[in-house]
Amino acid sequence: MTTKKTLFDKVWDAHVVDSVQNGPQILYIDKHLIHEVTSPQAFNELEARGIPVFRPNQIVATADHNTPTLNQDLPIKDELSRKQLEQLSTNCAKNNITLYELGHKYNGIVHVMAPELGITQPGMTMVCGDSHTSTHGAFGTIAFGIGTSQVAQVFASQCLLLTKPKSLRVTVNGTLKNGVLPKDVILYIISKLGTNSGTGYFCEYAGDVFENMSMEGRMTVCNMSIEMGARGGMIAPDETTFEYVKGREFAPKGDDFEKKVAYWKTLPTDPDAAFDKEYHFDAEDIEPMVTYGTNPGMGIKISETIPVDDNSSFKKSLEYMNFKAGESLINKPINFVFIGSCTNSRIEDFRVAANFIKGKQKAQNVTAWLVPGSKQVEAQIINEGLNDIFEDAGFELRQPGCSACLAMNDDKIPQGEYCVSTSNRNFEGRQGQGSRTILASPLVAAATAVAGKIVDVTKEINETNVTLSAVVRSH
Amino acid sequence: MEKFTTLTSRAIPLAIENVDTDQIIPARFLKATDKQGFGDNVFRDWRFDKHGNINNDFSLNNPTYSGSILVAGDNFGCGSSREHAAWALVGYGFKVIVSSFFADIFKGNALNNGLLPVQVSEGFLKSLLQTVEAHPETLIEVNLENQTISISNSDVSESFDIDPYKKTCMINGYDDIDYLLSKKEQIEAFEAEKIY
Ligand code: SF4
Repeated sequence: MTTKKTLFDKVWDAHVVDSVQNGPQILYIDKHLIHEVTSPQAFNELEARGIPVFRPNQIVATADHNTPTLNQDLPIKDELSRKQLEQLSTNCAKNNITLYELGHKYNGIVHVMAPELGITQPGMTMVCGDSHTSTHGAFGTIAFGIGTSQVAQVFASQCLLLTKPKSLRVTVNGTLKNGVLPKDVILYIISKLGTNSGTGYFCEYAGDVFENMSMEGRMTVCNMSIEMGARGGMIAPDETTFEYVKGREFAPKGDDFEKKVAYWKTLPTDPDAAFDKEYHFDAEDIEPMVTYGTNPGMGIKISETIPVDDNSSFKKSLEYMNFKAGESLINKPINFVFIGSCTNSRIEDFRVAANFIKGKQKAQNVTAWLVPGSKQVEAQIINEGLNDIFEDAGFELRQPGCSACLAMNDDKIPQGEYCVSTSNRNFEGRQGQGSRTILASPLVAAATAVAGKIVDVTKEINETNVTLSAVVRSH
Repeated sequence: MEKFTTLTSRAIPLAIENVDTDQIIPARFLKATDKQGFGDNVFRDWRFDKHGNINNDFSLNNPTYSGSILVAGDNFGCGSSREHAAWALVGYGFKVIVSSFFADIFKGNALNNGLLPVQVSEGFLKSLLQTVEAHPETLIEVNLENQTISISNSDVSESFDIDPYKKTCMINGYDDIDYLLSKKEQIEAFEAEKIY
């Protein structure tokens, strides 16, 4: 028997209230994030059964999925959307839950606003009725998405009944090439492992590449853990993490902060701790990535061609995308570009885009939407003058929200059109009925908008000597 | 939650892999604030085209198939955590989903709504799909107590796994809230010691 523990074990074990015989464990949840789409039925359930919300001060709410990204100061036109947002406000008011509603200076996509407010901290357990809750794992937090029945369970008891997942580690060592961003790293990993390799597992990302990554980059990586089936992804907290958390609105202060840091330093995986499954990749092998199919595992290096496969689901997927096996995506004309979503809508993403776009012009055929992840990111874009760069180049900076990532509001990609998108899902119709999504990094997205077609961005940046790694390290 | 013990029914085949919850219930139908009505829009964009015309090629629209068992390809329910997917399948009338693999969150959501996910081997799934496609009148028997799924009047049968706690919940129609509320004292004791 070994007592060596992984980061995941340490955080999990510290939150187990009890174990059901031959069954799941009761896991205590430190923070519960909610939004308008997956919470109303949970509130209804509690009300119908006469159960009060147990710990309202451990819940934080935001409005994001359904909100418009234009004229946020005006009443919402869509009646159903308006009703859903009103319902959230009523439910939060009734139950004494903090809500950052539309227009609030802290409003934003749940996975962008919580880390930037310091709500997300290492060693916590966090849940939200949203599968991309895995984002918060970037802080060394156990964070995962839950269904609405579970939202009701956490409302009622601040706990969940869960079976401990197995452990998986993905190690990437080496140095990333110029122009290869965190998004490329995770798209590369998923393209190698497939969309269900992580099912039943919690994943830890380890190695130089993640150690050298900014918090924004780590969030991008952990965000997409769910796209390989893993419930969550984690990265060991280190100086970069502490530095990021320090001084944020809800971060511990003074002595309390120092005490927490001392605790956080005990969390990283012990040397020689065993994982149920391990994968190793080499940073030098990663290039800017694009997807060509209808699940996030269908990705290739931008310089590669679409693989050939006889599987009927694979063929159905290519048919939907109107692509052919064996062809390259380079020079494919693209009319829509979306930079946003909880994967890539943090300040760093907009800096990368602005750095590339500066002095260039968007191609005539392209509609290019830039949607910040939160009001704070929006303010930062304006503060740093990035909005001028975008405006001069013909890009449209909109107001924060999930937007075209899932097209619940008016931000929809038309039938049959391709969209190069920095979001996380390229499912059929995800960005609007009949829309075709190509997932990519903010750099590939920006380059596509400028060229009006997919281009080999590595060639371009090497010719113009733009250094992107420097941008990525800045925080 | 409704109780589940055994079910004998015809099945509807859906021989597609990686069916994601966006396909089961597209995002534009998520604006409701209750659980009703999602069944009408299950697989909406596969059942109907953009103009609302029915797609006769899709198995759910094929009148030769019926029943409350859906037999689907590998990795069913991946993607978004939306429980609306489970509500839509239950609302449409499904009680059992058979696949060779289920995504985690979907599986939990299904179990929390009395919808039984039955995970079978790839070989069994293949023969089940072939049988149902060739003989739509075939009856399938699911027995939760014994954890078996079989093709009626044949010796084709397989056992499946289910978390014992979840099995008890399904058979008795209990849910997790009841259980967690019974543990309140322990939870409060834990809170006195916790770090955050
Ligand atoms: S941005 Fe997209 S993936 Fe992220 S929370 Fe919103 S809808 Fe979900």
